[in-house]
Amino acid sequence: MSTETTEIEELALKEYKYGFVSDIEAEEFPKGLNEDIVRMISAKKKEPEFMLEWRLKAYRHWLTMTEPTWPNVHYPKIDFQDAYYYSAPKSFKEGPKSLDEVDPKLLETYKKLGIPLQEQKLLAGVAVDAVFDSVSVATTFKTKLSELGIIFCSFSEAVLNHPELVKKYLGSVVPYTDNFYATLNSAVFSDGSFVYVPKGVRCPMELSTYFRINAANTGQFERTLIIADEGAYVSYLEGCTAPMRDENQLHAAVVELVAHDNATVKYSTVQNWYPGDKDGKGGIYNFVTKRGKCQGVNSKISWTQVETGSAITWKYPSCVLLGDNSVGEFYSVALTTNYQQADTGTKMIHVGKNTRSTIVSKGISAGRGQNTYRGAVKIMKGAENARNFSQCDSLLIGDRCGAHTFPYVEVQNSTGTLEHEASTSKIGEDQLFYCQQRGIAKEDAVNMIVNGFCKEVFRELPMEFAVEAQKLLGISLEGSVG
Amino acid sequence: MALIDIKNLHASVNGNEILHGIDLKVNAGEVHAIMGPNGSGKSTLAGVISGRDAYEVTEGSITFNGKDLLDMEPEERACEGVFLAFQYPVEIPGVSNTYFLKAALNAVRKHRGEEELDAMDFLRLVREKVKLLGMDESLMNRSVNEGFSGGEKKRNEIFQMAVLDPKLAVLDETDSGLDIDALKIVANGVNALRGADRGIIVVTHYQRLLNYIVPDFVHVLANGRIVKSGGKELALELEEKGYSWIEEPVGAR
Repeated sequence: MSTETTEIEELALKEYKYGFVSDIEAEEFPKGLNEDIVRMISAKKKEPEFMLEWRLKAYRHWLTMTEPTWPNVHYPKIDFQDAYYYSAPKSFKEGPKSLDEVDPKLLETYKKLGIPLQEQKLLAGVAVDAVFDSVSVATTFKTKLSELGIIFCSFSEAVLNHPELVKKYLGSVVPYTDNFYATLNSAVFSDGSFVYVPKGVRCPMELSTYFRINAANTGQFERTLIIADEGAYVSYLEGCTAPMRDENQLHAAVVELVAHDNATVKYSTVQNWYPGDKDGKGGIYNFVTKRGKCQGVNSKISWTQVETGSAITWKYPSCVLLGDNSVGEFYSVALTTNYQQADTGTKMIHVGKNTRSTIVSKGISAGRGQNTYRGAVKIMKGAENARNFSQCDSLLIGDRCGAHTFPYVEVQNSTGTLEHEASTSKIGEDQLFYCQQRGIAKEDAVNMIVNGFCKEVFRELPMEFAVEAQKLLGISLEGSVG
Repeated sequence: MALIDIKNLHASVNGNEILHGIDLKVNAGEVHAIMGPNGSGKSTLAGVISGRDAYEVTEGSITFNGKDLLDMEPEERACEGVFLAFQYPVEIPGVSNTYFLKAALNAVRKHRGEEELDAMDFLRLVREKVKLLGMDESLMNRSVNEGFSGGEKKRNEIFQMAVLDPKLAVLDETDSGLDIDALKIVANGVNALRGADRGIIVVTHYQRLLNYIVPDFVHVLANGRIVKSGGKELALELEEKGYSWIEEPVGAR
């Protein structure tokens, strides 16, 4: 009993450190954005001077920028002065007290996904012991990892405990001047994950934000930095198939990956933020900048994403292939239904010799969803014998949705080889009827057809993630036919 | 009791009546051929039996095994034992033939109140049927009908029929697009599946198929009505004289 109590106490204290208390809420951090807010965020996190300087530089640069309007998405203009920039993790006081207070629809989804009760509470933001359980799970994992010299912690912790690494790599892939939302993120980022895998170490487990409960409420401006040193390997899973309770509308995350010589980083995402209701009201705006740098020779960065949530998704996980023989991959399934809009794709920038990239994009549109693939393949002057293969398929369900494709290609070296395949198809009445005539119910048939369509991407996902992703697609598509 | 009992069936597509009152009874163990010129309503009849959306039944009834067939969704009809071999089998990319057929079989078994088959038992069943029909087993690992030749698609239909073991099989122009060798293979498959428990309706434009699948009864469909019924000799007569001698009296009504 007593040990338990101490543990809980410790964890409670930990929470305090991360701001899970009500006295740092809105009254201390007023709406709007100015230098004072940036300073306050940095101070709240007890950040060293270099971090504050970086944030301020970003903020000042942001003031000179304008919102991008080129994506093929439509939404009312965002008033950036009408938002909170340190909406500290909502205190548990404001969350539901028990599952009885949680939206039954959400619970139904959890049930369908087969999520254990304790985790359901966690995801729905119910204040329970489950949080503590999970933290101790995370702690066990951390011990194992630290034996190998792997650093896996929240971004805030990294800033405090490993400032030299943060200083060296932060902004080295996505500079603070990169784009409107990345720059905004650089000024006000809340928290995120930090991973460093030392030379020659193969990370023995999939690293998942799932276990990093203390940073689960990182909110709108998440910042992630993953570094694989020479010969290292790491596979990182972001997100969760279950929809998480979240009250922030604008999400602008930044993810930076660095792979040194012979290193591999695999980054998998399942994104299922609140997509808005059937009439397109509400929902998350997900404006993300994700980029990896294959810095060393023979390095490899692989992005796999399953995007089913958010009202608007604006996201292009990219690879800069600097090192000779380096490899970039992008596998994507993006689903839009009801009034969701997605403008997503990738950039593959070939700089080194013999660099290779693969792009497989599967867009599914249902309801009134609009799905855009936007991709760029650049072969720079020095990129001898670069190769790219792109495949870009769209599937339409119903007659009110849309699929759009904007592939850009820029080649400055004539030794390059580029292939591009594209297709657009519709789940036909014929396909559905064929399945039904064999005894398969209509919704199961849609699932089967969609999963078949996405097969090439799902097989890139870690096993258990792939199974969940399949279920998730099924649930997201419910009611989109018939 | 007849396996399927069609009474005074009227059906239309987009408001145009195609079938003007069909009466047809098929008992278990019988093979019926429905012949007729293009546009006579043969495929419409097959579509109505299997429950295709595009067809609207405006009058009449279909009783299957004593149950009201028209009241059922297409998948229910399939589970009750109605099988349609498609004239144009549909491709489903990324879904393996094995996976598809297992999902179908287990849906049917579940409906019958039987245990679902596990992967091993299913594989055993598939191997057995593959042998029966002289199929190439590698087709099982390919996506449903994707990249199949015309003959492979039709053979795959008969193969699915063998696995699903329906009470009534409707073969819709199964001979179309097949050369004589492929036709023989498909016909042999169908003959292997003839049995006292099963009724088969063969819908065809040409008599050719009926040389290999010999029917017990032949019906001639013209302008949405069965205008003549007889034994297998009727098919030969049609082959010789064409359809015009049968159609005329209907046109003169």
